[in-house]
Amino acid sequence: MIEFKNVSFTYPSGAEALKEINVKIKDPDFIAIIGENGAGKTTFIKHLNGILKPTRGEIYINGLNTKKASVAELSRDVGIVFQNPDHQLFCETVEEEIAFGLKNFGFNKDIISERVTWALNLLDLTKYRKVSPFMLSGGERKRVALATILAWDPKILVLDEPTIGQDFNQKDKLRQFIIQLTSQGRTVIMVTHDVEFVADCNPKIIVMSHSRIITTGSAREVLTNFDILSKASVIPPQITQLFSQLSDLDLPQNIIDLYEAKQLIIDLTKRRLDNESL
Amino acid sequence: MKVFEGLKFKRGTTVIHRLDPRTKFLVSCMIFTLALLFTELFSIIILFIAQLPIIFSARIHREWSRSLRGSLTLVVIILFTNLIVGYVSNNFQLTSQLLTYSISMAFRFVVLMSSFSLFFLTTSPDDLSLALEQSHIPYEFCFAFTTAIRFVPVLAIEAQTIMDAQRSRGLELDKGNFLKRIRNYIPILIPLIVGAIRRSLELAEAMESRAFGAKKKRTNLYRLQLKRSDYITFLISFIILSLSLYIRYNIPIPELQFPL
Amino acid sequence: MSIVEIRNLSYSYPGLNKPALTNVDLTIAKGDFIILTGPSGCGKTTLCRCLNGLIPHFYSGDLKGDVIVTGLSVKDNPTSKIAQHVGFVFQNPENQLFALSVEKDIAFGLENLALPRDEIRKRVDRALDIMGITNLRENAPYELSGGQQQRVAIACILSMNPELMILDEPTSFLDPVAARNLFEIIYIFNKELELTIILVEHRLDLLCTYANRVIIMDKGKVKADGIPRDILSSKEVLSLGIGIPKVTRLYNELRASGIHLGDPPISVNEIAQEIRKLILND
Repeated sequence: MIEFKNVSFTYPSGAEALKEINVKIKDPDFIAIIGENGAGKTTFIKHLNGILKPTRGEIYINGLNTKKASVAELSRDVGIVFQNPDHQLFCETVEEEIAFGLKNFGFNKDIISERVTWALNLLDLTKYRKVSPFMLSGGERKRVALATILAWDPKILVLDEPTIGQDFNQKDKLRQFIIQLTSQGRTVIMVTHDVEFVADCNPKIIVMSHSRIITTGSAREVLTNFDILSKASVIPPQITQLFSQLSDLDLPQNIIDLYEAKQLIIDLTKRRLDNESL
Repeated sequence: MKVFEGLKFKRGTTVIHRLDPRTKFLVSCMIFTLALLFTELFSIIILFIAQLPIIFSARIHREWSRSLRGSLTLVVIILFTNLIVGYVSNNFQLTSQLLTYSISMAFRFVVLMSSFSLFFLTTSPDDLSLALEQSHIPYEFCFAFTTAIRFVPVLAIEAQTIMDAQRSRGLELDKGNFLKRIRNYIPILIPLIVGAIRRSLELAEAMESRAFGAKKKRTNLYRLQLKRSDYITFLISFIILSLSLYIRYNIPIPELQFPL
Repeated sequence: MSIVEIRNLSYSYPGLNKPALTNVDLTIAKGDFIILTGPSGCGKTTLCRCLNGLIPHFYSGDLKGDVIVTGLSVKDNPTSKIAQHVGFVFQNPENQLFALSVEKDIAFGLENLALPRDEIRKRVDRALDIMGITNLRENAPYELSGGQQQRVAIACILSMNPELMILDEPTSFLDPVAARNLFEIIYIFNKELELTIILVEHRLDLLCTYANRVIIMDKGKVKADGIPRDILSSKEVLSLGIGIPKVTRLYNELRASGIHLGDPPISVNEIAQEIRKLILND
């Protein structure tokens, strides 16, 4: 469980990046954090494994105060996958790359080799076991980065902008993968700008703007609240925009999903036909 | 790192800022020469105090004092090296003369640092590069110089991001003995270097795409021109330097001595 | 009149066996606003590099066929010459700004062309003005947000008065609102300055109302080419896995269920109108 108690954070430069953050995330959960560039999203997630410690307030990760624990200790439970895989890949082979974290955490040899095989398999990277990560494409490197973190099976997985630089197919695979992880009882927290991706994933949403959490709620509640979204420089999903434009046709206003939208329109035309035939 | 903070250009519009970089370079060189010329504590203190009005009128005292504080470790090292070497070569005797000498050596370094930071804090790297260009240094070198300065903050941020990413994979930088600790930095250095290479390729592409090398002789948006204030500064510097040389060789300098 | 003529272009990067482009034929008319898209690794960026001479001058490798841009053959003219006609804005704004102030950065290209100082000053001022960044004149690149940096990068290109502007995923590092603002500016250039635009992008939902043509590539080949409306609703494009806007997908889904909504929509407004028509009058 993650608990922020009245957390504020100021960078040494004087920029206040978090202001009075109070939030509780229970296991298992699936959360998306959205908000404008510079809203404090990345600062927020860097607090989850103690890379940054609050200037004021306390953070508890599974009951452990982050001020009293090392980054390594906290990372065992909170795995953060950063936005750019090139900021972490450095080994000669994908296999060694995945083993790196496991070695740091002191797993024994047998477990390491078992976990590496498991992670390679999970992310469909087995054929690249002995390949240099630098030879892979951008999308593949992103998968390797994810595998290096998943290898030690953290209870909470944090993804910073997982969809950046990913094309439609890659995004769709990522979505399926995330859903699979959450269904296995893991907590997944992702930071993203990609509101259509969020609408497809249907997580709970935390909206940040100007260093504060301005709202939390289900995807359906938040993505259909145009006031909140515009405060956070987020453009509502197209489907939601459409239903808002059609509000006079007696259609519900809390729609984010394509297939739900399709069904509602089909129903509406049927009703229309029924009325006509009457 | 603090030392570098104290050398980062701070935008300003004071008289000092508006001086030609070449003028400021000359002034810094003069202070440098004077600091080498005089070894007595008394004259070095004067040299230090003489810089203060310039620093305050450029409104850079805060950054300047930060750079001095940053160089404190080096100052202490210089002080003790002098003391120890002197102590050993002096048949293991600590005299007040030796103490005074060591202190003045350390203080001399402060004066040098101070003149450096005065120059870098008030001279925009763009102007500096322009000064280099106008001194007929090939444009490629000047370009490399500004680009290096431009990317220092970018690389610093990148190094931090990489460090965050590797620590999130359980890397503990300050664990183990000396050798192990150095090895701990490999996972940070490799992505940083690979990133820098990738970045330099992208930079080269972007330069090509903006007609780099289209003409043999390029022009420049700005041209440095010496103003009256520059000539006055030259004159003052020249007078001070001649006076100092005269004093150095003709007038005894009062001895300050630290009692033991 | 065509500004780009590509005939039977094939290219492989040095040391790689797999060709990055195979038998590409393409003509681009002056004034076009083109979206170039396709899955990762499809050859979009490679094609763009061919258009300003980065290929074959900066990247060697094996180039076959002809590329004529603004009347110049890229094989026979150095990048620095083509750069005077073709502007290139890259994905990462950070790596295309070299100077320590915005003004110096914009001047960089003009200085390379050895223009007289007065002319440089005039063009810098104009570019700052068009991009609405006159207030940032003295700022260093690291003092700017990603959106501002990308505006500066575009100003740098604009000041060189290009006829064709290529933008390679310029909004990857921007939030959606900043991205939309950037697209709007580019659209204005296209209309008012009659600048031909080639924009490489994944975010079609924010973009396709501006373009008059979409080119979709896959595995080094042009797979589809036409007006956005037709291309985005065609079956073969769906199978390529392009990020089709949700409203277009909704149209396709409804069509599959027997509900026909007139022309395929590319914006929320269009589909809203069609649905309204369907429900209210017939």
